[in-house]
Amino acid sequence: MKSGSNLEKILEKGEFAVTGELGPPKGNDVAVIKRKAEYLRGNVDAVNVTDNQTSIVRMSSIATSALLIQMGLEPVMQMVTRDRNRIAIQSDIFGATALGIKNMLCLSGDHQIFGNQKEAANVFDIDSIQLIQCVKTMRDEGTLLGGEEKIEGEIKLFIGAAANPFADPFEFRVVRLAKKVKAGVDFIQTQCIYDLDRFKEWMGMVRNRGLHEKVHILGGVTPLKSGGMARYMAKNVAGIIIPDAIIERMVKAKEPPQEGIKICVEQIEQLREIKGVHGIHLMAIEWEQKVSEIAEGADLLPRPKV
Amino acid sequence: MIVGERKPLEEIKAMVESYKRLLILGCGTCVSVCMAGGEKEVEILTSQLRMLNEKEGRRQEITEATVQRQCDREYIEPCLDKIHEADAVLSMACGVGVQFVAEVAGENTIVLPALNTEFYGVNLGAGIWAERCAGCGNCILHITGGICPIARCAKRLFNGPCGGSQRGKCEINREVDCAWQLVYDRLKARGQLEILEEIVPAKSWKPSLSGGPRKVVREDLLL
Repeated sequence: MKSGSNLEKILEKGEFAVTGELGPPKGNDVAVIKRKAEYLRGNVDAVNVTDNQTSIVRMSSIATSALLIQMGLEPVMQMVTRDRNRIAIQSDIFGATALGIKNMLCLSGDHQIFGNQKEAANVFDIDSIQLIQCVKTMRDEGTLLGGEEKIEGEIKLFIGAAANPFADPFEFRVVRLAKKVKAGVDFIQTQCIYDLDRFKEWMGMVRNRGLHEKVHILGGVTPLKSGGMARYMAKNVAGIIIPDAIIERMVKAKEPPQEGIKICVEQIEQLREIKGVHGIHLMAIEWEQKVSEIAEGADLLPRPKV
Repeated sequence: MIVGERKPLEEIKAMVESYKRLLILGCGTCVSVCMAGGEKEVEILTSQLRMLNEKEGRRQEITEATVQRQCDREYIEPCLDKIHEADAVLSMACGVGVQFVAEVAGENTIVLPALNTEFYGVNLGAGIWAERCAGCGNCILHITGGICPIARCAKRLFNGPCGGSQRGKCEINREVDCAWQLVYDRLKARGQLEILEEIVPAKSWKPSLSGGPRKVVREDLLL
């Protein structure tokens, strides 16, 4: 075992994994975390804790992850390279693992222009692929990045990263995944999938390179709440494709939230059939109360005990 | 070239209004080519300030001069009399020129910036300049198809486009080209896509600004 995390055990055992997502509060209100945590408890194998997503200042992913551990949930600590240089990154990894965090997702992060501190300097000392290399070096070599310096203690992390089959250039997306695999990633969570045809095409390229045997791929899903949300995301969120047929279903639905959940369940069922997809990453953004309904509907409950 | 843009007139006025004798000093190289601080721009700024002074009833004597390069001692020195006669010099050079005029003229000389220095870039057409180099001190253009991701990718990525690249544009602004799409297209056209399969490891920022102020010393050229 690389980390001994629940997520690692589930995936290594060949179970179909389910991860959730929790956005920390825009402040220090622990009650927000508790409320969201209860919606997720028992419905997912691990919970991604976002790291100032869309550059909106929130409670740190390390602190929120540590609080989740106290509440008995397993976090996947996200870390972006936007806000930290390699000194802070490695220091934070020491701290995070000391606090019991066993899964980490390596990201570059949304540009600060999207957030509420638009005039901030960004760091980007290293990129997400170099971050994977850094964590792997710390874990497997027991040294700091690029150095002989031995680490006191052991870094045990299950290393994750993102992939976006819906960004361009499309043909390069599988190359980027191959680089992440070469850098040492253990699992991948994809961008929200709505365009299943394109996802299937990408998975075909992934299998052609044999990457599905080297890394666990979890397909990302996000339930749509309304036709307006579908239209907005399709138009304004970079790197997301929502086919017209889905937008139309949402717009025409009598009860859009129920339709959104139905679509999400259908998508999970279809993803499950794709060779090389080892789980789903369910991002019910500010709609965590629907996670259990979706997991139930997609026949993913009860979660296996490993 | 170094690309600069003139500061707004109001900001310049606030900077210079307390000086009785003002020298507006242009630079004949980069900022002249990018039409921000050459002889012509010195003329325009001088008349704008004179008109403003007249309107607001301020007495200020403004003289004009332009030297070939404010980053070169041999061009500043012939202008030193004019510089010393003024209470302040409003330099229309890049930040390098502003500093070097003060360095050459001595510590009693007040030199003020009329421009914001933007970047190292190119002229794309009438009235358009764009950044191309970040002066990072360790060029990697040979592995990126001659397109710099440090200067041209909003996240300075080294291993390909992020998940926000769509239809060739950057996630920060749909007007901005995704640098990595450009890299990809060029390497594809050259049949060199295999270059992108290799992981580029963490860069050393030591030769860049992070390593402290930089200096080049050429032993072979020292007198």
